[in-house]
Amino acid sequence: MTAGTGGGAVTAGTAAEGRFAVRRWSRTASVAAAGSVVAVAALAGVPYYAGTSAEQPLVTLFCLVALASLWNLMAGFAGLTSFGQQAYLGAGAYALYAAASMGLDPFAAIPLAAAAAGVLSLPVSFAVLRLSGGHFAVATWVLAEILRLAVTLAPSAGGNTGVSLPGVSGYDALLRQALTYWWALAVAVCSVAGVYALARSRFGLDARAVHSDPVAAASAGVAVGRTRRWAYCLSAFGTGAVGAVLFANTLYTQPGSVFGVQHSVAMMFMVVIGGIGTIEGPILGALVFFALQQALSGYGPWYLVLLGAAGIAITLFAPRGLWGSLAAPRGWSLFPIGHHISGTS
Amino acid sequence: MNWVGAVVQGVLVGGWYALAACGLSLTFGIMRLVNIAHGDLAVCGAYLTLVLSSALGLPVGYTLPLVLPIAFAIGVALHLLLFGRALRGGPLAPVLVTFGLSVMIENLLVAGLSADPRSLDAGRLALAGVRVTAFGSVITLSWLRIAGFLTALAVLGGLHLLLARTSFGRLVRATSDDLDTARLVGVRVRPVFATVAGIAVATAALAGVFLGMTATFDPYAGGLSLIFAFEAVVIGGLGSLWGTLLGGVTIGLVQQLAAQWDVQYTVLAVHLLFFAVLAVRPQGFFPASEPEAA
Amino acid sequence: MIEVDALDVHYGDFQALFGVSLSLARGRALALAGANGAGKTTLLRALMGAHLPSAGTVRYEGADVTALPPHDRVRRGIAMVPEGRRLFPSLTAEENIKVGAVRAASPDWPLARIYDFLPLAATVRDRRASALSGGERQAVAIARALASGPRLLLLDEISLGLAPGVVEQVYEVVRGLRESGATLLIVEQDLDRALGACDDVVCLLEGRVALTSETAAASREDVVAAYFGTEGPHS
Ligand SMILES: Nc1ncnc2c1ncn2[C@@H]1O[C@H](COP(=O)(O)OP(=O)(O)OP(=O)(O)O)[C@@H](O)[C@H]1O
Ligand SMILES: [Mg+2]
Repeated sequence: MTAGTGGGAVTAGTAAEGRFAVRRWSRTASVAAAGSVVAVAALAGVPYYAGTSAEQPLVTLFCLVALASLWNLMAGFAGLTSFGQQAYLGAGAYALYAAASMGLDPFAAIPLAAAAAGVLSLPVSFAVLRLSGGHFAVATWVLAEILRLAVTLAPSAGGNTGVSLPGVSGYDALLRQALTYWWALAVAVCSVAGVYALARSRFGLDARAVHSDPVAAASAGVAVGRTRRWAYCLSAFGTGAVGAVLFANTLYTQPGSVFGVQHSVAMMFMVVIGGIGTIEGPILGALVFFALQQALSGYGPWYLVLLGAAGIAITLFAPRGLWGSLAAPRGWSLFPIGHHISGTS
Repeated sequence: MNWVGAVVQGVLVGGWYALAACGLSLTFGIMRLVNIAHGDLAVCGAYLTLVLSSALGLPVGYTLPLVLPIAFAIGVALHLLLFGRALRGGPLAPVLVTFGLSVMIENLLVAGLSADPRSLDAGRLALAGVRVTAFGSVITLSWLRIAGFLTALAVLGGLHLLLARTSFGRLVRATSDDLDTARLVGVRVRPVFATVAGIAVATAALAGVFLGMTATFDPYAGGLSLIFAFEAVVIGGLGSLWGTLLGGVTIGLVQQLAAQWDVQYTVLAVHLLFFAVLAVRPQGFFPASEPEAA
Repeated sequence: MIEVDALDVHYGDFQALFGVSLSLARGRALALAGANGAGKTTLLRALMGAHLPSAGTVRYEGADVTALPPHDRVRRGIAMVPEGRRLFPSLTAEENIKVGAVRAASPDWPLARIYDFLPLAATVRDRRASALSGGERQAVAIARALASGPRLLLLDEISLGLAPGVVEQVYEVVRGLRESGATLLIVEQDLDRALGACDDVVCLLEGRVALTSETAAASREDVVAAYFGTEGPHS
């Protein structure tokens, strides 16, 4: 059974017992794919029929979905837990500031900001990927601290007080918010779809092998380092896009908050609670996190105590997360990524 | 200030980093546990001292015989409740669990003791200093810094003796060499690891007490403490106690020398040094000798 | 001394042992034979408590020890010399031996007697385990097991990878152990050696017992057939 990328059923080989088939797709998955297309289309219409009051919370939700999927790309598929993705959130935001200051249209410059974060992550990856596990996690966090201090100490980047997004005054407020909304939706959809496509590709197979046993994967010919580097850099690219969109949404950014480790707390929580290593899990986790945030953020520190405790409890007692615990025993998979082997004779 | 003074101060300050880092180095070297909550546990030590010394009306130093055993017990309990399970839960679990613990500790401190910055009153130790003349320049050293450095040396030396010379240390080294075989020949791993976790938390609490006496702290100070401790461990070489001391001193030196240039750049200089070491010499400068294949 | 009844052992979904039963009386030596991957090491580790079986029982000296952890079994007098020696590389030879005494079942084997019995271990006592030769490692591994004062010794592949002369010395030690009254369970690839040194033989084939016999009653051909599965229920 080779690591094909195609869908459908492939009849592969004949064992002594008879023929068996490798399935990578299912009827549920077809329904889910169709449903997703309809849902995205409906969401894209929100600015026309629902207005700004619906747009604001949805922008936040879309950004959370994107961040969770991107963090899961590293943690769930390449075994890398980063506590420093806020570095790329900030890199995306400040790259957008730089581009807009130079006179580029801020909305057109969002892909540039994402690319800047991705480019930054490449040299960084050569340092941080020398470590793994908890060491990798803290090293990525140090990077975020370096960027935070660098921005704080640079008057041209606004220093500690932060900066406002230039070049948006020409936009009508309604249009500006709609554009932000569409960008947020696009980034979320691209993140989920991108991670999904990667997970079904050769990369996904390699990444899962690396995750479950790096040494065995290496001896089976998987390029462990390259797989990890791809996961890290692609995740940085996407996270940079989210940073730029969030900046366009709030129109203001400050090193103390954009580079804060609380973003990593959120990413970890969403992925762990939703279900690490699945496509559905981070989306579900983002929804849960969003709901908790709306309902409980008034409780201040106790809300975060609860998040920490829930993260610990799920890691120890239900490591598959909500989605894994619900779906795996019932055989559900909306976005199948594995190879399912079944006898056909 | 002058350059000679900066070097001497750097070495003394480095002692604190080594003290903060040795528990991290210990749990990683022995249990393969990277405790993300290590810095927060250090800050807890400072808060515990604060609460005890104001409740009992005792000077900071006199609360240590209470603080250290409590910290040790907390470490043991954390291992029995969380770390042990996390270590058996696959490669991501220890990182996720200790990160969750870190979030919990910080916010419990905020909820219980407010986010206001605090400090510990070091009494006469903080005010008094000693003036020495070296290489033609006069340096003023605070007794507190000297005490911190000597404490770090004593703790590292004590840990070294414990591991190298005692029968408990022999079990610890055997278990860290080969967990499975240690179990096969009759070592009970849980109490060994729980004791190591207890020692690590006690050293962290001690570092927290010195932090509280030399600077202010708030519930979020644990993150930066963890980062500094971690940098000392990596620069020194993963899993080697003396490497950790030298890593701590390196950080102290870089920090003090950068301060000669501009105080704003001290922390940034340390972080950049860490990245440079990671890129150029990821095994650190004084790595533990690799155990050869048995 | 030890009775194993219908033991099943799994590694996740993979079943390594299927209803394995055997018994070994005090003072006797049993050779456990079987091809690579037959489940010999798995059985020994299950007897030691390193892997809990999913079904079946292990009785030792009349008591049910199936669910006991390894340290309790060491305390009751079972010790193991693991496959590949598995010394603690950063400890000296003597430290390795002392770790073996952490839960001693009896004071029968003080350090002096161990060194007397295994002079090779005595000569390398202060060297790091990682610097020892194969024969020296095997001597220290046996010494480490003896340090717990065992009544039942499980020896896994003790001659593997050793020079012929060294193998001879190791079997000299095995004979000495038998004379000291220890009960032995020996995993050995070399059939002739196994049959020569033991009273009983059990052959494992793909996780199942394919032959149980006294060595005197089993012909070499029977054992070879059971070893390769060329006869009997699986052919
Ligand atoms: N930790 C493990 N996880 C999964 N499978 C294992 C594990 N250890 C052993 N096995 C499998 O269990 C079976 C029995 O292995 P075991 O090591 O007991 O065999 P053995 O008879 O000792 O072989 P050898 O002569 O090679 O030492 C083998 O198929 C092996 O692949
Ligand atoms: Mg074996």
